[in-house]
Amino acid sequence: MNGFKTLQDKAISFDRANVDTDQIIPKQFLKRIEKTGFGKYLFYDWRYQSDGNPNQDFELNMEENQGASILIANENFGCGSSREHAPWALMDYGFNVIIAPSFADIFHQNCLKNGLLPIKLPHDQVNYLLDKGKKQPYQLKVDLENQKITDEKGFSTEFSIDPYWKTMLVNGWDEIEITLQLDDKIAEYEKAIV
Amino acid sequence: MGKSIIEKIWDQHIVHQEEGKPDLLYIDLHLVHEVTSPQAFSGLRMKNRKVRRPDRTFATMDHNIPTDNRHVINDKVALNQMTTLEKNCQEFNIPLAGIDSPDQGIVHVIGPELGLTQPGMTIVCGDSHTSTHGAFGSIAFGIGTSEVEHVLATQSLWRAKPKTLKIDIKGEMKKGVSSKDIILYILANYGFDFGTGHVIEYSGEAIRKMSMEERMTICNMSIEGGARAGLISPDETTYNYLKGRKYAPKGEAFEEAVQKWRELASDGDAVYDRIITIDANDVAPMVSWGTNPAMTSKVNERIPRLEECETEIERKSLERALTYMGLEEGQRIEDIHIQHVFIGSCTNSRLEDLRQAAEVVKGRHVHPNVRALVVPGSQQVKQQAEFEGIDQVFKDAGFEWRESGCSMCLSMNNDVVPSGEHCASTSNRNFEGRQGSGARTHLVSPMMAAAAAIHGHIVDARTLLAAETVS
Ligand code: SF4
Repeated sequence: MNGFKTLQDKAISFDRANVDTDQIIPKQFLKRIEKTGFGKYLFYDWRYQSDGNPNQDFELNMEENQGASILIANENFGCGSSREHAPWALMDYGFNVIIAPSFADIFHQNCLKNGLLPIKLPHDQVNYLLDKGKKQPYQLKVDLENQKITDEKGFSTEFSIDPYWKTMLVNGWDEIEITLQLDDKIAEYEKAIV
Repeated sequence: MGKSIIEKIWDQHIVHQEEGKPDLLYIDLHLVHEVTSPQAFSGLRMKNRKVRRPDRTFATMDHNIPTDNRHVINDKVALNQMTTLEKNCQEFNIPLAGIDSPDQGIVHVIGPELGLTQPGMTIVCGDSHTSTHGAFGSIAFGIGTSEVEHVLATQSLWRAKPKTLKIDIKGEMKKGVSSKDIILYILANYGFDFGTGHVIEYSGEAIRKMSMEERMTICNMSIEGGARAGLISPDETTYNYLKGRKYAPKGEAFEEAVQKWRELASDGDAVYDRIITIDANDVAPMVSWGTNPAMTSKVNERIPRLEECETEIERKSLERALTYMGLEEGQRIEDIHIQHVFIGSCTNSRLEDLRQAAEVVKGRHVHPNVRALVVPGSQQVKQQAEFEGIDQVFKDAGFEWRESGCSMCLSMNNDVVPSGEHCASTSNRNFEGRQGSGARTHLVSPMMAAAAAIHGHIVDARTLLAAETVS
């Protein structure tokens, strides 16, 4: 995984609450055994009509929303199933950051493990961003090292992130590698429990 | 100050602690299924890593598996996923309850049934309903595929200590009310995210009187309230259930284990971050009418009206849900017409669930507008049900009797609800498209699903239990 330091890019609004992972990536696409290529199925049932044509009213299909890498969402984003295919699909589509007032636990964790940065901000700030993101062009700068989000209109805020995950993301470290360095501790624990 | 069972199990499993980091927690049991594991095994292979403890890992296939003829799998992508699991288990030496095994079934049904699930354990699986196993007094939670890979390689996980939430359930369940109604009632009253960041401990008189099956149903749906894990302190009911199970300790070792398990129960003076109290007497049969499990009401109530919503977000969600479900605000719940009935899933597909549904079905017939399916949770459940003649009760009434698997809970196989049609389902999620694109799901108990099958619309199952069945 590459390290994440700063990102300045297009941010779009996705103003829906309780978006569940069944919507992010519907089950018919979970049968694949690869990690890549899920982007074209992202939000499939919302993105396409039953005849397979794109649903023009859907946020992601709008002309002005193309090419964004920052998604501004609403509360309880990513609830439901533990499928990691959800962050895989979001990243494969092109998103690197999701901003919302709250995230479901497992989804939040799954994002961090894959280098997709979930940022929790207070409701009023998210409402401001949702509003701005509706009128393109709109860009945000996300600075993970300094934990800051800014736009060109004078908005600026700090966000909090677990220091452990910040280090992991900034350096792009592999968690398993780190744990394997503690192998003797695990072995010691195992000895004690038998 | 005393400790809760959550803290006791947590503290017993810390492998490593360091300032500024989550705890490194040892994982006693890792359950694996075909959908969330292939990428984890590829990850191991790419880095030349091994499975640290194949003996603490157990696999089955359940999500994709056909429930009519399990040897005819037309979906090549699904077939590939299942053969991939077989190959991975072989290569990494992991025990597998495969397609022909008498132990096969939904991963959260077979773990307890085989005695793999035991009190005091930490249990994980790449599936959010792993919380089911908490019914035995274990900390059990769902993980993503990266963590599946992490546990395979290291038998441990990094986790920050969760907050604790106690839900005390007083009183006693009335006849016709089940533990499914209790958890739906909790969701209806406290919402879909009240448990985020917490592990729930369910306690109280009502819980103590419940069977293991009933306890599993409650713990199963903890995740629907945002809590990754829900558990119940073990007691005699737990030990009696486990005694003699395939992988449970035997003879003297079992008695020793019980001695240890007895110490797990929460101390009387344990402190929780939050406590909720409910009264089982207030619970009636529940029915979900919307597109998340908290959008649920009592069977004799009405769907809420838009004007009753307190916030704009709530209003928008209600509006969206009603459009998707094809229902009207203020509509009577009992006026919801049903075209499909699904009795199954890791929430409600155990023997006791089938018995309860059969009690309602016995001597009656499925409504002509309804297609009704019973999918036992495991091969063992299926066999036992057939031994008791429960399958015959369902078949005589016009139900389809199937092989075990997840089936119409998420419709990854051929068991799909067509777009626009309503299904009374004993499963756990009513998200848009969950049972098929455009499908409309109503979450209910097995008794309520059976009653809906007979009448073709939602009906209070208690009225069917009260009436003497004409045979
Ligand atoms: S029965 Fe449904 S909820 Fe349970 S494991 Fe299978 S798909 Fe998931």
